Amino acid sequence: MITRLKNGKLYDPAHGKNGLGLNGIVQDIYIKDGRIIDKPADSEKIDHIFDLSGKVVMAGAIDMHSHIGGGKMNIARMMLPEYQETKKYSEPEAHVCGPNCSHMATPNTVDTGFRYIEMGYTAAFEPAILPVNARQAHLEMGDTPMIDKGGYAMLGSDDYFLRMLAAKKDQKAINDYVAWILHATQAIGIKVVNPGGISAFKFNQRRLNLDEQHQHYQVSPREILKSLSTAVNQLGIAKPLHVHCNNLGAAGNFQTTLDTMGASDGVPMHLTHIQFHSYGTEGDKKFSSAAAQIAEAINKNKHITTDVGQILFGQTVTASGDNMMQHLNANHANPKKSVIMDIECDAGCGVVPFKYKDQNYVNALQWAIGLEIFLSVEDPWRIFLTTDHPNGAPFTSYPHLIRLLMDKTFRNEAFAKLNLDAQGMSNLTSLDREYSLYDIAIMTRAGAAKLIGLNNSGHLGTGAQADITVYTDIADREAMFAKPDYVFKNGELVVKDGKVVKVVWGATQTAKPAFDVSVEKDLKDYFDRYHTMSVENFKISDDQIAEDGRNKVVVNTN
Amino acid sequence: MRAVIDLAKKANATLDHMHSEGTVNNTLSLQNIGYQTTTMTEVKNRADVILFFGSEVSESHPRFFEKLVWNTENLFDKPTPKVIFLGVPKETPETNFASAISPTGEKPTVINAEKSALPEIANALNALLNGKNPIQKLAETESIAGVSNAQLKNVVDTLKNAQYGVVVWSASSLKATEHSELTIQSLIRFINKLNETNRVAGLPLNSGDGDTTVNNTSAWLTGYATRNRFKNGEASFDARAFSTKKIAKECDALLWISTFNATQAPKTNAPTIVIGHPISTFETPPDVFIPVAVPGVHQTGLMFRMDSSVTLPLKKLTENTLPTLASVLQKIEALLA
Repeated sequence: MITRLKNGKLYDPAHGKNGLGLNGIVQDIYIKDGRIIDKPADSEKIDHIFDLSGKVVMAGAIDMHSHIGGGKMNIARMMLPEYQETKKYSEPEAHVCGPNCSHMATPNTVDTGFRYIEMGYTAAFEPAILPVNARQAHLEMGDTPMIDKGGYAMLGSDDYFLRMLAAKKDQKAINDYVAWILHATQAIGIKVVNPGGISAFKFNQRRLNLDEQHQHYQVSPREILKSLSTAVNQLGIAKPLHVHCNNLGAAGNFQTTLDTMGASDGVPMHLTHIQFHSYGTEGDKKFSSAAAQIAEAINKNKHITTDVGQILFGQTVTASGDNMMQHLNANHANPKKSVIMDIECDAGCGVVPFKYKDQNYVNALQWAIGLEIFLSVEDPWRIFLTTDHPNGAPFTSYPHLIRLLMDKTFRNEAFAKLNLDAQGMSNLTSLDREYSLYDIAIMTRAGAAKLIGLNNSGHLGTGAQADITVYTDIADREAMFAKPDYVFKNGELVVKDGKVVKVVWGATQTAKPAFDVSVEKDLKDYFDRYHTMSVENFKISDDQIAEDGRNKVVVNTN
Repeated sequence: MRAVIDLAKKANATLDHMHSEGTVNNTLSLQNIGYQTTTMTEVKNRADVILFFGSEVSESHPRFFEKLVWNTENLFDKPTPKVIFLGVPKETPETNFASAISPTGEKPTVINAEKSALPEIANALNALLNGKNPIQKLAETESIAGVSNAQLKNVVDTLKNAQYGVVVWSASSLKATEHSELTIQSLIRFINKLNETNRVAGLPLNSGDGDTTVNNTSAWLTGYATRNRFKNGEASFDARAFSTKKIAKECDALLWISTFNATQAPKTNAPTIVIGHPISTFETPPDVFIPVAVPGVHQTGLMFRMDSSVTLPLKKLTENTLPTLASVLQKIEALLA
C-alpha cells in the first residue's frame, strides 16, 4: 500500500542539494510499509493521496528532554492530585499565555502520548533514568501510546562509578561499565546530574562546586565530567554526555556553567536546561541575567550543545535527580510540600511544586533569560527547544514558546507585561531575531535526531520512518503548532485536525555499543555483597520491553 | 493492573487496595507536606541509627534485620546500627525483638508506650528539636505521654548526632492510632527539621499484597494514587470517600482480587465475585469464585518493592493450567461491551 502526500511545502533540514536542507520546497512524499520511499514507478498503484497544497510539512518533532517516565514523575502525580483538574481548564492560567498554553504538569501516560502526538511530536526522551529505577521508567514509557521513546541513564553519583574513579581505574574499565549500563537500562544516552553532588548530599555536603572534592571519594565534579564524557565519546554513541551542571538555580551559577564547558577538554557535551544555569548576581536583588556570557561561550565552544529549559508562567512541578539542590529549593515550594529521596547508593530525586509568576522578579527574569539564550545562540543545530517538562513548564506549552521565538511583536508585548524590575534587567527587546520555520525544523527535528543519534527519524528522506506532521501556514504560530492538520506515525494517519484518530504504540529507541562483557563479573559480586537486588533483576532484556505485546526495542548505530 | 484499570473504566468502578486503610495515611501525608525518604540499599550501607516509630516489624517484615541491618559488609565502613523501638505497647512479647538483637548480642533500646500516646510522642520529638520550645524547661525526670523526658531527649540527640539516621514507620500498624495521618506528618516534619543539620531519612514500610505496585501503576495510568474512581472514562480521586469500608456498604457489585494470598472479601449485601489464589477458603462463600495463577509461582509478573524505587520481575516457577488474572479480566471486559 502506497500513500502519496502531494504538493506540501517541505521543511527538511537534513536533506537537500548542496548541503542545504529543503526550506519550504514543494515536493511529494511517498510512504510504503511505514517508511518514506522514492517516487514509485508509474505502474505502481497509489492507494491514498493527501493533497497538501500550501501546507507546511515537517518530520515528526522530537523532544530530546522531557520527564515522561520514572519514579519522580509518579511521585509528582501522587503528591499533586489537584493538578489533574487542570486538564479541564479552558482558560489560560497566566495572562501572557495564549489559549493553547495548557498547564497540565503531571499527565498520566495516555494523556502524555496523546498531547504529544496532537502537537505533531512523534518521539520524546526521558533524560533522567535512574539505573535502579529503569524498569519503572520503561513501564511508564511502555504505557505511553502514540510516540517513540527512550532515555538517558544517570551516572556520576552512583557508588560503583565513583569508586572506580577514586581508585583511578583506567578509561577502558570505565567505558565498559558505561556501556554495560546503557545495555542494562535500555538507554540511548548517559546523563550526569549535579556531578557527584547527589552522592555528596548523602554525606551531608550541601553544595558541590566544579573543583570541590567529594569528601568521601576525593574526586571532583570536573573529574567526573571528564571521565564520563570521554567514555561516551570513546564508546562511539551519538548522544554526547547529557550534563545537568552543579549549582542549579543558584544566583551566580553562570561561572560554574562556563567552567563546565571546559571540563571535557573539547570532547562533546550537552549542557541541559541551561536557563537554570545562567544566573548572575548583579543588581539590587543580586539575581541577574548572564545569558549573554553563556550564549557567547556556546557560540565559541563548538563541542557544546544545549537545550534551554524555558520557563513559562503558571503552576507546575519541578522533578529532578538533583536532591542536593532540590532540598534547598524546597523552601520555595508552592504549594508548600516536597519530596526528597536518597536512592540505592545510585542516585536520588527531588520533587518540588512551583508556581512561576510573571510579577515575581526572579521568575520574570528567568523567562527573559531563557529567551535571551534562544535568540543569542547562533547555530540552531546546537540549541534545542525544551521547557525541561514539567520543570520550566509542561510540554504542552511548546506552541506558545515557538510563537515567542518566531514573533518579535508577540514576544515584546508579553515582555512589557512582566515585573518592571525584571524588565529593567533584561535586554530582550533589543534582540530582533525571529526564528524561521526552517530553524524550528532544525531544533525540533533534524538537530534533535542528529544529537540523539536516531537513525531513521527527524527527516523526510528515503528510508526514514514515516513520522510526518502537516501544518496550515498561518501567522499565529502558536495556533499553527498547537493543531496540525495531519500527523502520520510510521506511515499511518493518527491525528487529524489536532485530534487522535487512531491509537498506535511507538518503539523504544536505544544505543548498544560493544563492550567487554567480563565487566559483569565484578558487578555481580558488587550487587550480591552491597545491593538489595541481584544483577540479573537489574538488567532489562529486549523481551521484557516487548512483553506487553506493543513495544519493541530499536537499536540505533552511529 | 492495566487490565484492572481497563475493566474499572468500562464498569465505572471505584478502585481500592485491601490494605489502604493504613497506607492512605502515607498518601495523605505526601499530599499535605511531602516527605524525605530513603531506600533499602541506602539503609543497608549507610544507616548508623534506626528508629522504629510505633511499629515493630517481626511479623510484617520478618527478614528486615537480617537483610538490611546486620550485614557485615557495607560500602562506607559504617558502624553497626543502633536500633531503637519507640512507642511499642508494653505487652509486646520479648520474642518479637529477637531478630533486632545484633549478632554480637546487643539488644535494641525499647521504649514502651500506649498506641494512643503516639501522636503526642511524635509531637514531643518535634518540640524537643526546637530549642525555643517551652518543653526544653521540662525536668528530665518528668514524662510526656507516659514516656520519660530523658528517654525522648536521648532519641532526639541520637538522631541529631547520626551520620545517617533512618526513621521507620508502618502505616498499617499506625492505623489503629487516632490521628494516624497527623502522626505520620509529625514524623515527616521531625525528619525534615533534622535534615537542616545532618542526614536523616524516613522509610515508610509497605503493607503487602502488592500495595506499592498498585499505587504506582495506578498513578501513571490514571494520574492518581490508590483510591480512585472512574466515571465515563474519567478518573477522580478521593482518599476518604473511596475506601472499601464505605463503598462495600453502597456498591451494587463487589469484585475482590487477591492473587498473592487467600484473603476474605469484605462483607456486603451486593453480589460478590472473587478472583483469587487457587487455594482460597471463605467464611462467606462469594457468588462467583475464579481461581487464577499466583504471580511469581504460576506466572511471571512485576512487583514494586516497598521503597518504590526498585521493580522486580517475578518468575514462573511451575507449569500449570490456571488462567492469569489479566486474561480473566480481559474476557469479562469484552463481555461488558
